[in-house]
Amino acid sequence: MMSTDNRSTAAEVSQIKARRSLMENMLRGLRQAPPTALFGMAVIFLYLMIAIFAPLIAPYGESEVFPDAYAPWGEKFLLGTDQLGRDIHTRLIYGARNTIGIAIATTVLSFLIGGSLGLLAAINHSGWLDQLLSRIVDAIMAIPSLVFALMLLAVFGTNAFNLIIIIAVIDATRVFRLTRAVALNIVVMDYVEVAKLRGEKMGWIMRKEILPNITPPLVAEFGLRFCFVFLTIAGLSFLGVGIQPPTADWGSMVRENAGLIQFAEYDITAALTPLLPACAIALLAVAVNFVVDWFLHKTSGLRDEQ
Amino acid sequence: MHPIFLTIMKRLGLSVLTLFIVSVIIFSTVEFLPGDFGQAILGQAALPDTVAAFRRELGLDLPLHVRYFDWMGGVLTGDLGTSFSGRGTQGLDNSRPVIDLIAPRLSNTLFLASFTALIAIPLSLFLGITTALYRNSIYDRTVNTITLTTISFPEFFVAYLLVLIFASFYKVFPSLANISPDMPLGELIYRSALPALTLTLVIVAHMMRMTRAAIINLLANPYIEMAEFKGLSRVRIILHHALPNAWAPIVNVIAMNLAYLVVGVVIVEVVFVYPGIGQLMIDAVTARDIPVIQGCVMFFAVTYILLNLFADIISIITNPRLLHPR
Repeated sequence: MMSTDNRSTAAEVSQIKARRSLMENMLRGLRQAPPTALFGMAVIFLYLMIAIFAPLIAPYGESEVFPDAYAPWGEKFLLGTDQLGRDIHTRLIYGARNTIGIAIATTVLSFLIGGSLGLLAAINHSGWLDQLLSRIVDAIMAIPSLVFALMLLAVFGTNAFNLIIIIAVIDATRVFRLTRAVALNIVVMDYVEVAKLRGEKMGWIMRKEILPNITPPLVAEFGLRFCFVFLTIAGLSFLGVGIQPPTADWGSMVRENAGLIQFAEYDITAALTPLLPACAIALLAVAVNFVVDWFLHKTSGLRDEQ
Repeated sequence: MHPIFLTIMKRLGLSVLTLFIVSVIIFSTVEFLPGDFGQAILGQAALPDTVAAFRRELGLDLPLHVRYFDWMGGVLTGDLGTSFSGRGTQGLDNSRPVIDLIAPRLSNTLFLASFTALIAIPLSLFLGITTALYRNSIYDRTVNTITLTTISFPEFFVAYLLVLIFASFYKVFPSLANISPDMPLGELIYRSALPALTLTLVIVAHMMRMTRAAIINLLANPYIEMAEFKGLSRVRIILHHALPNAWAPIVNVIAMNLAYLVVGVVIVEVVFVYPGIGQLMIDAVTARDIPVIQGCVMFFAVTYILLNLFADIISIITNPRLLHPR
């Protein structure tokens, strides 16, 4: 940081990432990334591979039932079987696909809803639309999200589709707040005013003038919201009101096998079985947080070493 | 009139308004219940007469706003309606008032939350202040990495990990926290140690990180630099110059986490079968017992709003500049 001060302005300008392709920029970024971020990216990549190629990796079918329930770890069943005799190893692999897939779908939906409404509210600053949307969002945010989700699931019924819609709508309020706040700083810029005077359409202004300028905070927020949604869905599934059986899902797997923990002194592997899906959830959340942390650090230019 | 008093009254009014809107939302969601409400609750075998009587009892034949004010009047006088469960299809009625179900569990949940807060708040303040003091040291980096990791752990992972270690391997604490109000305090604390420890681990990370960030933010101010030039020690600068101005954001974070605590108990209570309001709510959701759910959600929302109001008031008192917004 200190060394840049004594360089000439011209030198500084010329060394700014001049004509590098996207690929080169990414490689440069990767090389400067701290080990925690690299670890995070490796884990995310691994999870995505497992999720995509689940049927090829898994030894058995997703809900294939074998006669021996609660089989111990061994040759035939690498991580044993659950209370119905389904292979845990297989269900862990399929769980990646279901749990992550639903979490990504929910996050994308919540960004589509929250992001577009937030942009509209920012452009329509202190107009009736902004007022209306902001008041609704305030009210929804005054109810704790997990509790609100539980109530809505009780009313509409628990299935994957309802789960995605309900969590997306509740989560969209947070995305709305952030998008509106960062977009407000851009809306007052002269070039947006110019675009309006030029007679550009609302959609064009949103996409071409505002969106590119608020992308970095939104990307970081996407990571954080994904984590939050992922943990919420895992929590709801754990409570038995999220993803429903026979779909393999990490949250419900923890619940189904939780009783095995008590046998730790007889068979440590059995006691570890319910912790495996929980660990899979935790590891992905940690990985995403590490990457987002690095990304925020990088884009905000914040250095806390004075 | 004193300006602080005036501002507090304004915030209070705003909270009452929010509470009103929230109650409308909670009440009206039931309207979206697909199909016939009475039939859905009483089951397919219920006689048409029973269903009709049930609908009349719930007042489903009245217009929406009449029912809302009826319900709200009940909530204000402590009457949350009658639970759906225990209602037989043959006309037998063993159902209980929602308030009787909620009241005993409420004290259990509040006990767990305050027990956790008593450990978590001093611990996270200590960690936050010391990491800010020795920032970028190995101590700071270690604490930071650990907290960033625990922040992303789901509650049930932490809970079961603790059960595995402290209840299954080393039988220090019981894995089920079945408490009852007539137990002595020592017994209560012993039995709810694991749930409280789980919640502590989950919220300390967040509170500590925010405390550290609030203090480090202030360290960039000129008056801190001035204090450094005067040759004051780091400890004195942090405790006497930075901390007083950091109270507002810190109190905000504490209130936010206490609010989270009241909600976070849901999962922890299920793991440890702790007889609290979260467990009650989950049972009600599984049974689609709407009046109980509404009562629980109202309780959670009121707590949430009150804690936020409390945080607002504290930050106004500790930072007089907030009295004159712009």
